[in-house]
Amino acid sequence: MKPRILIVDDEPNIVISLEYLMKKEGFEVAVATDGEAALAQAAAFAPDLILLDVMMPKKSGFEVCEALRADPARTGLKIVMLTAKGREGEVAKGLALGADAYITKPFATRDLVLRVKELLA
Amino acid sequence: MLQSWVIVLASFVYLGILFAIAWHGDRRADAGRSLIANPVVYALSLGVYCTTWTFYGSVGRAAANGVGFLPIYLGPTLLFALAGFLLVKIIRIAKANRITSIADFVASRYGKSQMLGGLVTVIAVVGVIPYIALQLKAVSNSFTILLHYPEIIMPAKTGAVPLFQDSALYVALILGAFTILFGTRHLDATERHEGMVAAIAFESVVKLAAFLAVGIFVVWGIHGGVADVFAKAAASDSARRLASADFSGNWGSWGSLVFLAFFAALLLPRQFQIAVVENVNEDHLRRAIWMFPLYLFLINIFVLPVALAGLMHFPTGVDADTFVLTLPMAHQQEALALLVFIGGLSAATGMVIVETIALSTMVCNDLVMPVLLRWKALGLAERADLSGLLLEIRRWAIALVLVLGYLYFRVAGEAYALVAIGLISFAAVAQFAPAVIGGLFWTGGTRIGALAGLSAGFAVWLYTLLLPSFAKSGWLPEGFMTHGIFGIDLLRPQQLFGLTGLDEITHCLLWSLLANIGAYIGVSLLRAPDAREARQASFFVGGDAAGLPGWRGQAGVQQLLPLTARFLGQEKAQEAFARHARQRGLAGIDALPGDADLVHFAETLLAGAIGSASARVMVASVVEEEPLGLNEVMNILDEASQVRAYSRELEAKSRELEQATAELRAANARLTELDRMKDDFISTVTHELRTPLTSIRAFSEMLLDDPKADLAERKRFLGIIVGETERLTRLINQILDLAKLESGRAEWTVAAVDVVEVIREAVDSLTALYAEKKVVLELDLPVEDLFVLADRDRLMQVLINLLSNAVKFAPTVGGCVKVGAGGTAAVVRVSIDDNGPGIVAADREMIFEKFRQVTGDAGVLTAKPQGTGLGLPISRQIVEYFGGRLWVESEPGQGARFVFTLPRREGDNAQK
Amino acid sequence: MMRSRLSVQRLAALFLLGCVLFNYPLLAIFGRGGQLFGMPALYVWLMGSWLVLIALMAWVLERRKD
Repeated sequence: MKPRILIVDDEPNIVISLEYLMKKEGFEVAVATDGEAALAQAAAFAPDLILLDVMMPKKSGFEVCEALRADPARTGLKIVMLTAKGREGEVAKGLALGADAYITKPFATRDLVLRVKELLA
Repeated sequence: MLQSWVIVLASFVYLGILFAIAWHGDRRADAGRSLIANPVVYALSLGVYCTTWTFYGSVGRAAANGVGFLPIYLGPTLLFALAGFLLVKIIRIAKANRITSIADFVASRYGKSQMLGGLVTVIAVVGVIPYIALQLKAVSNSFTILLHYPEIIMPAKTGAVPLFQDSALYVALILGAFTILFGTRHLDATERHEGMVAAIAFESVVKLAAFLAVGIFVVWGIHGGVADVFAKAAASDSARRLASADFSGNWGSWGSLVFLAFFAALLLPRQFQIAVVENVNEDHLRRAIWMFPLYLFLINIFVLPVALAGLMHFPTGVDADTFVLTLPMAHQQEALALLVFIGGLSAATGMVIVETIALSTMVCNDLVMPVLLRWKALGLAERADLSGLLLEIRRWAIALVLVLGYLYFRVAGEAYALVAIGLISFAAVAQFAPAVIGGLFWTGGTRIGALAGLSAGFAVWLYTLLLPSFAKSGWLPEGFMTHGIFGIDLLRPQQLFGLTGLDEITHCLLWSLLANIGAYIGVSLLRAPDAREARQASFFVGGDAAGLPGWRGQAGVQQLLPLTARFLGQEKAQEAFARHARQRGLAGIDALPGDADLVHFAETLLAGAIGSASARVMVASVVEEEPLGLNEVMNILDEASQVRAYSRELEAKSRELEQATAELRAANARLTELDRMKDDFISTVTHELRTPLTSIRAFSEMLLDDPKADLAERKRFLGIIVGETERLTRLINQILDLAKLESGRAEWTVAAVDVVEVIREAVDSLTALYAEKKVVLELDLPVEDLFVLADRDRLMQVLINLLSNAVKFAPTVGGCVKVGAGGTAAVVRVSIDDNGPGIVAADREMIFEKFRQVTGDAGVLTAKPQGTGLGLPISRQIVEYFGGRLWVESEPGQGARFVFTLPRREGDNAQK
Repeated sequence: MMRSRLSVQRLAALFLLGCVLFNYPLLAIFGRGGQLFGMPALYVWLMGSWLVLIALMAWVLERRKD
């Protein structure tokens, strides 16, 4: 079965690029553009990995991450946080909340893909 | 041949050069390009310390006493090591108070007392006269000796020479005339003589060069180096004692000489003049601190070898004080001998010029003027212009000092060697030390204490040192020395109270300073300082440079300007007042208020010309008397009331301090908040810049990695890249624009602008966008013009911002935007309505913050809105710059209405 | 004017050093006679220590900023 990936970002162009990259690697992909939609999709789509933006309307990536980690049904779900805020404090916060990786924007596409594959392996 | 005309001509040529340097220096100073604004010049001018005493006398003393000449130069070295504590403080105080002399300094410290200034002046004149006599003696002796070249003949006893054949008289006359020409050409409010300082610095170079030339000639020309001189001396009968033996002197007198020289380098009138009054820049002191001691070192480096060589060459018959001159003469070095003579002349003129100028200032300001001004019969207080009189007094004072110097030379000059005469003067000025040093570090010293100390010390000095110098010359009965005054043995002047075993200088120093310090401290402690003394004390001790003006009275320009003009001359006074007015930011002299500040200014200005004590009296004559009637009331008020006054002042100060602390704390909090906001802003900007960069990088890498992607996809990706690049550009432009607006550096071209016309133009430029989005644009504009004062382009920017915002939020189907304009008598009002999702109340102000974008009602917009989030803040900045307001009215679901108002152009109001 | 209070204090220390160098009892030690470099020891000592003191004063004031 193909791994399933949920892409969460409020920037349409970034969503397009991530979708293209993930599909090219043969993953099954779903999209959400804000925090609440992300939680809904996580339940409906049951992804193996989430690419999660931090700065989003309604619910921030941190909140989404926290909610997902609190859900016992979602153990084993990998979370990769993406953010344009590259401060040390933010990275630490993301990892403390249970993210598996923290990637700052702008990212190198190859690194991102490698990282995702690594986490799914 | 050294004929007399050659010597005289050389001397006059040299004096001419000096005069030219001084003249040039004064001209440069007037042009504002000071010749002496240089630490090296300052250090060299301090070399005025080295007079003929050094030039001729050091060798004499060395010949008699080995290293005994050195304490005179070690003392100043130690003084300059302490300059950071002492001199800096004195210079600062002197500058703030326009102090013009040591007498002025002491008078000012103890409540601007005329009596004290007068006493210091008398001590200085009497004390320094032997020193001036010394210069006359040295120059006239060297002239006489040189005249007999190639023979070496010691000058005859002066007593034996008829008055009009005495070359010292002519030396005194020429030096006097020269000093008068030199130092009293014009009256300066600051009492500074830049040209003179330049000339003195030059003289220091000349005398050093001359002495080094003799030293080099003696050590390497006659002998084979320093060690050779000592070796030969050790083998010679006449010099063996010095070359090999131990120091025969007494360590107590060694110490007292170091101590004397320490204070002389500060307190001699000429040293105070050069080091303090003529100091143009405090920073110069830094270099002088080591350069001046180095100068002293260099000028002394050959003293002992020359003394030894002299003793070897002239075992008897030649005065050791003349070795510097007679050694070159004995070796037929005509040119060198002439150079030495010029060097000695240089040392003498430097000393005489500065000393007599300093003394004449003191005599005029602290002795003559106070008396003349009080002498009502002369009517001086009413005379219109006294500046000419001031100069006249100074000229006479110079002449008087030199005449007295000459008389002393005739009376007592022969009994002593050069150095001994100089030491008499040193001991006299040492009497100033308790009042000056105590005044700088102890607030308790009072006027009567200083008067008592100075009088006692001076009296003892007269009795134990000056009178004996007359007695030794036979001008006082011998019995005075051997049996004391009235035949009382205990009062023998140089064995006072039977104290024996000390040399005369140490003996005098011990008793005079004991009396001086004892009286100064003892009498000072009899009563607490009065208000004026306490004020000056806190100023001098605390270095409280602000200084209270100290005047409670008032006087206007109409009284103070004429008063000042009488002493300084109309033109200079006018100029000074105008400068003062400018400094206080006033239009001109007439705008100056008659407050305490102005009175204080006039007083310091006058102090420069006539001394602080006289200045105070003169100003008091025109100031409407202080309501407190200082002297009378202060005498009545007891100590307790002063304590109360101080404690009230203390309370007020601590209240002020608390307030200042609170203000500081608030300012600090504001700063911290601003700092945090700046941090947030930068972090947000970074985020906003990274977002488009992320897309650009991702799509570029995807294109790079996947060359086989089909054409349509490639086009789509490249389109996205171009779009994001444009977004990035827009973002940067707007950030820069906003930064410019916020910092106030934006350029504005303000003119009358018709708002209706600008609206039409903005709408025209956006027609295409509206058509593309299928949004209807309705205009509701009045027929008449609505003029405002604004920058047309900036106004256009606001309208385009608001219109493109509206179209962004209008629904994709049935979107409609209305633009309305109108106005009241005072303002023009423009509104832009859309029928979009509207804005919840909480967000209505937030949208005007930087980078804040709201998506409106939940879920209505699926994607986040386009734009940078800077358009609205920029628009608001612009509108507010023109004195208007920009706000939004909206209910969720009901669309939004952006409204801005601008003040109408003046003059249009009538039409409405 | 002084670059720092420290410079002023260093100079004051040099003043004290000078007071010791140029006074009894140190001078009495050299004043008992004896030769240094072919010259009286006291003379060499005085001129030498004087020059060193001046050099130290110059060093305190002219050195590059701390």
